[in-house]
Amino acid sequence: MKNTLRNVFHSPRFLVGFIIFMIILLTTLIYPYVISRDPLVSLGKGFLEPGTYVSVYDANNAGTYRVTLPEAQINRLESALSIEDRETMIAYLKAKGDDVSMLDTSNEKLDDLLAAWKNGYDEADAKKSKYEGFSTQAKRNALRRLNTRVSSDKSSAAMTVTKGDGDSAVTEKIDDISYVKVDEVANVATLPLGTDNFGRDTLTELVHATGVSLIIGLMAGTIATLLGLLVGLLAGYVGGILDDILMFIANIFTVIPGFVLLILIYYSLGPEARGITTCAVVIGITSWVWTARSVRSQVISLRNRDHVNLSKLSGHSLFRIILTDILPYIASYVVMAFILQVSSGILAEAQLSLLGLGPKTTTTPTLGLMMNWAKLFGAYTSSNAWWAYFPVILVIALISFSLNLMNTGLDQVFNPTLRD
Amino acid sequence: MTKGMRKYFKKKIFWFVITLVAAVILNFILPRLMPGDPVNAIVGKNVSPGATPEQIQEQIAFYKHQFGLDKNIFGQFWDFIKNAVSGTFGVSYNQYPRLVSDIIGAGIWWTVALQLPAILVGWLLGNLLGALAAYKRSFWDKALMPVSLFFSAIPAFGAAVILLVIFAVTLGVAPVNGAYDPGMIPGFNWKFISSVIAHYQLPFWSIVLISIGGQAVGMRSMSIYELNADYVKYARFLGVKDKKIVRYVFRNAMLPQVTGLAMSIGSMVGGALVAETIFSYPGLGMSMYAAINSSDYPVISACTLIITIMVLLASFLLDIIYAFIDPRVKAAQFD
Repeated sequence: MKNTLRNVFHSPRFLVGFIIFMIILLTTLIYPYVISRDPLVSLGKGFLEPGTYVSVYDANNAGTYRVTLPEAQINRLESALSIEDRETMIAYLKAKGDDVSMLDTSNEKLDDLLAAWKNGYDEADAKKSKYEGFSTQAKRNALRRLNTRVSSDKSSAAMTVTKGDGDSAVTEKIDDISYVKVDEVANVATLPLGTDNFGRDTLTELVHATGVSLIIGLMAGTIATLLGLLVGLLAGYVGGILDDILMFIANIFTVIPGFVLLILIYYSLGPEARGITTCAVVIGITSWVWTARSVRSQVISLRNRDHVNLSKLSGHSLFRIILTDILPYIASYVVMAFILQVSSGILAEAQLSLLGLGPKTTTTPTLGLMMNWAKLFGAYTSSNAWWAYFPVILVIALISFSLNLMNTGLDQVFNPTLRD
Repeated sequence: MTKGMRKYFKKKIFWFVITLVAAVILNFILPRLMPGDPVNAIVGKNVSPGATPEQIQEQIAFYKHQFGLDKNIFGQFWDFIKNAVSGTFGVSYNQYPRLVSDIIGAGIWWTVALQLPAILVGWLLGNLLGALAAYKRSFWDKALMPVSLFFSAIPAFGAAVILLVIFAVTLGVAPVNGAYDPGMIPGFNWKFISSVIAHYQLPFWSIVLISIGGQAVGMRSMSIYELNADYVKYARFLGVKDKKIVRYVFRNAMLPQVTGLAMSIGSMVGGALVAETIFSYPGLGMSMYAAINSSDYPVISACTLIITIMVLLASFLLDIIYAFIDPRVKAAQFD
């Protein structure tokens, strides 16, 4: 036993898979203690991009410091001039006939672009000449506004804000070297993965969903493996009419695709009964067949071995023979089957939920439900919110990848012919 | 035909019929165990706001009669069988009074035209790659194995979504959804056909990519298993040429892959669900998705029945074909 375990953990594939899986598992266990936010509480309206959100109200009320950053001016220009603005500038210079081969829209080249613009743009010239692409009045007005933005010297323009209300309102000037310290602002929200369509913190939701999906996968995998093991052992060892009946049931389950059965069973349960547990149970009882089949065929080849016959002659009970003389021989196979069942259970939940057949719950997210919401609310078409679906796909892929790796690692340890 | 062969075929046909009956019964019973009355839902949706309770009752009775739900369970089963045999599958609940066969007929050709070529192309490419990886077993295989393991771990819907986002949304080189431009009238002209081809690309390649991964991994391990088999070693000792051995090996490794091909053609409609829902492709999978989300049992029932019968037929035909092409089955059954 100890030897086997050592062999297993010496297999690099198993080890890598195991580490990835444990990282995911530990994250789902530890994360709630670090960030205790309710995963389903809404933080805003609709998709928010990933990033750090600083409360403007609180920033205005925080103490100010004077900091003179040398690059402050260029930073402001960088954020004021969008990529489209820069493209327009280059297009105008090109239409005018200037050399633009050295210019592009990156932040590094912004200095060059500004210099070229100051050199090339002339208000009077732009007003009368009609370069290609900029011949309409509206286009020329847009250019003039762009030029004002580029050339205005922001350092001299202080901002005025009014604090308080009614009579007690005070007007305050804010110049461009006033800073607040982020730690001193009362409300700063860091959303590494933004928010989903309901305005929920996607990262927190994702971690909770991963936990729930792992539970579903483990439950479904356990049910499927135990059922398959039971049916396979009974059919293979007892044989006879019991074997015929059990294999008939297995045949029906094979021929009617699992997905169809899932849909039909799910439907007959009705939407109210569809919780996390039901979901796992339904997936479990529709996916035991192939485990049962392989266990059965292995048991058949084992049941006439000498040590089993000896046990029989000694008058050991059926239960004891199966437990001590048969199970140890198929244990490695059963572990591998279990790992695959867990992986396919998680996938099955995700696919069911994507089709709108997932758990009907408003209290717990699952990976499949997150995909379903992303689809329903257009995260990958109209809103283009990659953070709402891509991390989910990545987590599902990582979970099945780690489980598959563990499985091939075990396969190499237990089936020496497959070793490279 | 020998006696053993006849016995084998009789046994297979017997099991085919028994499983078919069981599948049909399951298909009939399971949706009817569903709590809640579908007719109430339809009436609730269609009834005018000022209707009196009598009028509502009348409506319910009317729909119950239309769908044959006023009969007892055996009468309903008889109707179910009659509808299935005649091929109409009854009336849709959600798109009343449209026939279910009409809904299915509209979708099935899109599904077949999308899935069949995609499955075949994916199967061919996947097997070629898998066989190559097994035969070369060099650095290339070792480096590619973890990568392909990772890619085959990406779920089908994930791959479809990623393709959709990259090519349709970000790059804009392919249409986002549908099977043709919604502003067009289907017809046999170049404009319509080119629109169909443009819409075809993404769903097609998403299915091909997924099946390449699965087939390649399967073919590789099958080939490695066969390459290590005793008969290969024996043939090597005898000095049989490598080319000839490889032919034997891949022919044996192909057999399970042929099963895989037949089964994926059989379960085409079920497999279409994911790709079709992501790309809103108007095939049978999409009709099923719509039916699932609107509780349209006759349509769900018909779709699941079609899937089951196709899979059953595929596995039955496989059993028959195997009897001729696989010497092992031949030896076991036809003694």
